Formats: sequence, structure tokens, C-alpha cells
Amino acid sequence: MIKVENLDVVYGSKNASNHVVRSVSFDVGRGETLGIVGESGCGKSTLLRSLAGLERGWTGSIAFDGKPVGTARSREELKLAQMVFQDPYGSLHPRHRIGTALAEPLRAMGLGDGWSEASRALRQVGLPEHFANRFPHELSGGQRQRVAIARALILSPPILLLDEPTSALDLSIQAEVLNLLADQREERNLTYVLVSHDLSVIAHMCDRVLVMQNGIFVDELTKADLTEGVTHAAYSRELFEASFL
Amino acid sequence: MQDRDLTPILSVQNLNVRFGRNAIAAVSNVSFDVARERIGIVGESGSGKSTTGRAIMRLLPARANVVADRLEFNGEPLLEKTEKEMGRLRGKDLALIMQDPRYSLNPVLTIGRQIAESARLHLGLKGDGAMAHARHMLERVRIKDPDRVLKLYAHQISGGMGQRVMIAMMLLAKPKLVIADEPTSALDVSVRKDVLVLLDELVRENNSGLILISHDIRMVAAFCERILVMYSGRIVETLTNLEEAQHPYTKGLIAAMPDPRRPVRRLKVLDRASIEANIAP
Repeated sequence: MIKVENLDVVYGSKNASNHVVRSVSFDVGRGETLGIVGESGCGKSTLLRSLAGLERGWTGSIAFDGKPVGTARSREELKLAQMVFQDPYGSLHPRHRIGTALAEPLRAMGLGDGWSEASRALRQVGLPEHFANRFPHELSGGQRQRVAIARALILSPPILLLDEPTSALDLSIQAEVLNLLADQREERNLTYVLVSHDLSVIAHMCDRVLVMQNGIFVDELTKADLTEGVTHAAYSRELFEASFL
Repeated sequence: MQDRDLTPILSVQNLNVRFGRNAIAAVSNVSFDVARERIGIVGESGSGKSTTGRAIMRLLPARANVVADRLEFNGEPLLEKTEKEMGRLRGKDLALIMQDPRYSLNPVLTIGRQIAESARLHLGLKGDGAMAHARHMLERVRIKDPDRVLKLYAHQISGGMGQRVMIAMMLLAKPKLVIADEPTSALDVSVRKDVLVLLDELVRENNSGLILISHDIRMVAAFCERILVMYSGRIVETLTNLEEAQHPYTKGLIAAMPDPRRPVRRLKVLDRASIEANIAP
């Protein structure tokens, strides 16, 4: 479903250049969930933003569903992959009603005003329809993250890119959001790329995990590896131990 | 192992906090004692755990109505102290470590000046002596290059380093009680452990009491001798280890954590209706 080859992202130029993502390649199959784990600054979010089309300065190749996509995306290409951000407080416009926020992607794609879709989208993520008339500050963190997921799903993309979707939430609310993501994946046969620094979340959600450090992948773990606590690199061992006190 | 001093440093009896004319109490009838030990307060957002911590520090806004049958620190009633007396106590005997070092450090003072300030205030050191002590504290919290870090500003250091600086500042005066309110939730998992181990080590060394406030019950269980579980302003259960959890809320919190060693398709979520039913009004 996703094929990435030799992806490089460099910020700045000449002496002040910062090589954030260093020639990474990976594949994600249809319906698979790939996890990318690493510390702050390892390049995992930049990688995800490049996939989403938010980062323009990358080189290499990215293909969705066999079709290569460029740095500038057409509407059709943008519809293939949608993103859910870490902070539900920051990713919703504070003065737009929830309904407006949900209709926005449809309007941007020229698919009508989107109001009729908004209530259906809310129902799908387990929120009551009248939430469409509320403002983001009238919702709790978990509810806001549900709205963010509804907004990402409203264009029915086959791929969902998740950047730390639960790290701003309480553990009990995290469980609800992770369950929602798992249900949607099953229902729509979605392909996920999930980025997080928390190995326990990644291990719960993902079929396969790539461990990233300083812009490269240092280890690849399967679900069985995670269950048994097998690692193949010193760095992933370290991460593993830190995650389970 | 030496015998631990078991006389309580802090004694709380029926603490109640209410904001403004709000009908619902943020904290209701909370009682506990802290000796020179490590206790944890666990609960979700809004459970009153941070409000409890701030009520002890007397850092709640004026519209908060704090009443308690007893709120004694070191045998002295905290609620009767004047603001000036509290000012002398805070940072010296009673220290608070907050969640995000980016907000709790002063952005326009260098790290060195901030730590030296607390050495000046609490240890009576002056000038170079205070700065030398600041450098020593940075070494104690295992910052590799203390001379460089002393000259940096808060935005120039990482979150993990910022939290070490906060710990250095707070533990400099060897406080009798340290309240750490979500000290690691703004940090990466990989630095979380280092910061907690460091905090634990310094608290033991100073023979202080520690109240660790967090929503991560597993983490708290790993570091604390006693865990208070809070839900909607009340302590619903006191535990010494997670296995003996009885209350449905505590069990729910434990089950909500993903554990790769025991994979499940769906995580358990809290059944709030049954928890409410279990709490006597």
C-alpha cells in the first residue's frame, strides 16, 4: 500500500544543514499497521509529515497503492492519506464549530458543503450528533481526539497517518481511543502508520515496528518479538526496558 | 538498612477543596500521612490529585476554598500560616516539581542564575559561592557538562535536562517533603526512567518524604511504597502493590494499560456507571 525508497529530508543548507531523515526505505502492506518508535528528534514525525504531503523538502520516492506521489500533491493523491495529530487542543480551530471542522476537508476537496456528512462522521466515532454545534473548548481531550479521527476519516482515505495520537491523553482515555482506531481499521480495512515514543502503545496496535534513531531505522521488530521481549539492537533494548518500569 | 523515621512529616485529615461557588468539591475528605517515605497519588485528569498537591503547597488561587480538620507539616498547621511564612517554607522544606520544565523555568534567566538564586535564598550563600553550589548541584543530577549548562537559557536545553535542572533546584535545600506533580509526563519514555531514578536516589539520600502524583499507575507502583488512588476528589483505595487492587476503578485503570507481554485485541475501558455506583456519596 505504501512504498518508500531512499527518503531523505534535510533542513537548512551547506554548513548549517541538518540531515533529519537519512535515506530510509520501507513498505507497508494493505491493512497492515506499521509502528515507528523513537525519541524526540529522531525524525519520526518528519517522516510521517513527508508521507502526508505536509513536508515539501524531501527527496527519494514515495508511492501509495503502486502510484508514485510527488512533493506537491493533487486532490486525488491527498485523499489517499490523512493525518491525525498529537495534540487535539492544537489541531482544531478554536473558533470553528466541530461541524465546520469536520466539513472542512470535504469543502477543500470540492465535494459540497459537507454538513450532512459531519453528523454521520460524529456517530461513527461514538459521539452524539449535536456535538457538531459545539466549539472545541466544550469538549474533553478524548472527545477532541475522536473529532480529529472523524475528520481524518471523512474523506474515506485508505491510509491513516497517526502522529502520537494518544500521548496527550490519560491512560484510561487512551484505551478508548486505541479501541476506536482498532475498530475503524477492521471496519474499513485501513492501513495505519503509527508514530509514537511509547513502545507499549505501538506494541498493542502494530503488526510490525521499526525503531528509529538519528534519522535511520536501527531495528525491526515483529509482534512475536514484542510479546517475547526480543530485540536485535542495543538501542531498542534500551527503549524496551525504559517502557516497562 | 537503618530504621526509617515513621513520624509523619505531613498529616492531612479531611481535606476539602471547593472552587468558587461550585457545587462539586474538587477534593473531598482526603486524609493521609506522609513520613520519610515515598507515596504515590494516582488518578485521571480531574480526579483532584494535583489540587491536593497544590493545596498542601498553598498554591491554589484565592477563589479556592480549602478546609481541613488537620493539615500539618512538621507539626505546624499549614492553613494558619501567613503568605510570608509560606514563602519561607516553599522551596526550603517543601518543594514542588511541576510537569513541564519549559513552563516552570524562568525563560529570561540563565540556568546558573536560577539555581544560584535558590542557593542564595535557602542556604544563605552569596555570589560565587552560590554559583559554585549551582554547579555542584548540576553535577549531582548527572549533567555532563555543568559549566556550559550554567550559561544556557531554558529554551536551549532538552526537556529531560530541564527536568534535571528543576530537580537540582528543588532538592538543593534538602527539603523535608518533595511533591512531584507528573514530573515525567512531558518527557520521552527513554529519559523518563533516568529522571525518576535520579529523583528517587536524591530523595533517599536527603531522607525526605516524596509524594509522586501521576496518572501512570504502573510507574507509580514501581517507585512508591504506598499508592493512593483518587477518583472524583476522593481516595477510593490505598495500595502497597498493584496485585491487591480491589476497587473497580483501580482495576479498570490497570486493565486500560496496553501490555505487549499480554496482547489483547481490544483494551478494557472504564465502566464509569459501575464505578459511580460503587462510591458512596
